[in-house]
Parts: sequence; C-alpha cells; structure tokens
Amino acid sequence: MRRFFSATWAIFWKDIRAEFRTKDIFTGMFIFSLLSLLVFNFAFDLRVSNVRQVLPGVIWVSIAFSSMLGLNRSFVLEMDRGSLEGILLAPVDRSALYFGKMLGNLVFMVAVEVVLLPVMVVLFNVNVLTPSVLVFVFLGTVGFAVVGTVFAAMAVNTRAREVLLPVLLLPVMVPVLIAAVKGTANVLDGGTLLEQGDWLRVLLAFDVIFLAVAFMMFDYVVEE
Amino acid sequence: MSRLRSVFKGVAVVAAVLMVVNLYMGLIRAPDPSNLQTEVTRKAQHIFYYHMGMNVMAGLGMSVNFLASLLYLVMRRRWLDVVARSAAEIGAIFGIGVLASGSLWARPTWNTWWTWDPRLTTAAITVLLYIAYLMLRNAVEDPNRRARFAAVYGVFAFISVPITFLSIRLWRTIHPTVFGGGNAGAKGSFALGPTIHQAFVFSMITFVFVFLAFLLLRVRVAMLEDHVATLREQVLIRMSKGAEV
Repeated sequence: MRRFFSATWAIFWKDIRAEFRTKDIFTGMFIFSLLSLLVFNFAFDLRVSNVRQVLPGVIWVSIAFSSMLGLNRSFVLEMDRGSLEGILLAPVDRSALYFGKMLGNLVFMVAVEVVLLPVMVVLFNVNVLTPSVLVFVFLGTVGFAVVGTVFAAMAVNTRAREVLLPVLLLPVMVPVLIAAVKGTANVLDGGTLLEQGDWLRVLLAFDVIFLAVAFMMFDYVVEE
Repeated sequence: MSRLRSVFKGVAVVAAVLMVVNLYMGLIRAPDPSNLQTEVTRKAQHIFYYHMGMNVMAGLGMSVNFLASLLYLVMRRRWLDVVARSAAEIGAIFGIGVLASGSLWARPTWNTWWTWDPRLTTAAITVLLYIAYLMLRNAVEDPNRRARFAAVYGVFAFISVPITFLSIRLWRTIHPTVFGGGNAGAKGSFALGPTIHQAFVFSMITFVFVFLAFLLLRVRVAMLEDHVATLREQVLIRMSKGAEV
C-alpha cells in the first residue's frame, strides 16, 4: 500500500514539477478561461439586467472548456516524448498512474479556478467566493478530473486526439454540469448549502461512482 | 456456417413478415383514440406504436452494447466486440428514430417539435453518447485497442444515462416554472383500450424480432468483412512471394 501511494505521489509530483518548468498548461488554461469570460461579458451584459442569472453558466462553461484544454495536454506530453511507455514499464500498479495523473489534472484545474474566481468577482461585481459556491465548484471539478483523465488517455491514442476528447467527455458529464450549474445558481440566489442537498447528492454520487468505474477501467485503457 | 446463415435468414424473414402485419395493426386496425380533441392528434397517435417500438430497439441495443462491452473486457473475444459495435449502431440509429418520430407526434399534440422535457433531454443526450461511441471507434485504427477503448466508453456511457435522467428530473421538479407547472407527459395521453392494447403488444414483439434480425445481420456483415480482410492479406502475401521469384 505504501508503495502504491509513493508511486502515485511520484507521478503526481513529476507532473507538477514539469508544469513549474514550462507553465504551458496553466497559462493556456488560464488565458483561455479569461478570454471566454471576456466573450461572455460582451455577449451578455447588454441584454441581461440580472447578472446572477447568467453567472453560474459563465463559471461552468469557462471551467468545463478550460479543463478540456488541460486534460488534453496531460497525456499528449507523455505520448510525444514516449515517456508513457517508460511509466508503464515500471513495476507498480497501473492505477497509481491513474491516480497520479488525475490528481495532477485536478490541481491544474483548481489552480486556474483559484485565479479565475476572484477575476470574476471584479468583472461581474458578484461575490462568488462564498464557501457554498466553492463546494460546488470543487465537487464539479473533481467529476471532470475523474472522468476526463480516463478519456484523455483514450483520446490521445486516437487519430482525432484533441477533437475527440470534448465529444467523448461532455455527454457523460451532463449530470455534473446540471447539478453544478443549478447548485451554484441556487446558492448565488441566496440559498444555503444545506438546502441544496439534492444537487450535492447528485454530484457526490457521480464523483464516487465514476471514480470507482474509472479505477476499474483505467487498466484496460493503458494495457499494452 | 451454413446452418448459422439459415438461422439468420429465418429471423430476418420472421421480422419482415411481422413488420408488415404490424403496419396493418398499428395504422389501419387500431382505432383512433376517442379522447383526443382534434382529428390530427388522433391520427398522430398511431405514431406511438412505432415510436415505442424504436425505443425498445434502441434500449435493447444499448443494453446489449453494455453487456457485450463488459464481457469483452473480461473474455477478450473478437465476436463480443463485433456484437457491441453492431448493438451500438442499432442503438444510435433507432435512438434518432425515436427522437424524430416523437417530434412528428409532438408537433400536432404539444404544438411544438421539441421541448426540454426530462425524458426528451435524456433521450437526446443518450443518442449523443452513442454517436460519440461510434466516433471513438472510427478514430482508432488498431483493432484490439479499438475494441478495448470502445468497451470502456460503452461502460461509462451506459452508467451515466440513469444519473443524467435523475439529475434532469430533479432540475425540472425543483423549477416547475421552466415547464409551465404542468406535467407535459400527461398532455396528449390516451387510454389503452383493448384493440389499442393488442396492437401495442404486437408492435413491441415485432420490434424485438426486428432488433434480433438487425443485430444478427449486422454481426454477419462484420464477420464477412473480417473474412474479406484476411483473404486480401493472403492474396497480398502470395503476390509479394511471386514477385520475389
């Protein structure tokens, strides 16, 4: 068990360190999400008087799309330099690779959100930095990282690569998007976190079920 | 092989005959439901027999895909992958059929082609899932890897459908204003009288046979494709040997 955790940690830390040196993924994701905020700002502020109605959608579209960019990169790097074979040859459980990669992706997404949400407060003049909103943002992000890591490992081995990941990922993520958007909207409207039990349950159930399925399925994805 | 072929043919013939009878049962013999207000909605109700039938086919296709995907991951038999792929194709095509026939019915009955009702939304997302599944298959060249990836995605897709339905239903019941407060499923519904009931049951049985026929024929085509590919390889090998001499 210790071996498993240290292998997971090694893969996770490798990704973080590589990112600290290049800053490719974080910069790309962050700039992209900023740009999408700007587009939303132009698209909506002329028409909607109540920004609170639009903001949950803005938050989640930016997060979903920028996550897709980051997820794509996480395995493209391994493929292009042939390092995936090296990792797979290591005598450790394959699911260590999954958890390491998943945690790495999760950290990148959370890092982007940590910068993005304060920017939103400034741009839209709504306080989205409340604990209840953060709970929904975090649970939704976990869902994206859990499923996205498996699909990214598959998409990178296909002909279409970057094109295929959103097509595979978005229909599966529909429950997460619905629950996260509705939950975020309700707490922004002044509801408390406890009143959102249904949405929290959907998000938690999705995260747990799909973490289990991903854990079981990842071995098959990286088999050869 | 030849005995297998006659089984395939037999199922196809039975399905074709049943379908002809089914068209008569649903379109001519079944009466117009008396409780619907206008002539158009009464006629449109006959779509129901085929709408539900295609729904049964799509559901069977997706379930067979799920089972075959799971079994493939455990047993690694090529034919299981062929079955999964064929079932997913049926699921996607007839899923589109369900959406299209539902739209045709909804236009006179609900006065709109489409509405974001939980059931409709879930059906549309499910169809998109299986289109994504087929796109994934298309994008992988190595047959073993394609089979593995497709099986993994098939499992994910099938598990996400119930959660999607649950979350969409939750969303609509919490916010009834989105849908005008009423239960849309009740609008344009009809009583199942004895003749209608008979036609309905017959239609369901017919579509199960049509499903079996399509699945078997599709599997057979895939097996023949395999055979042709092997033959082509053998010919190429022979030709290259001939060139050396």
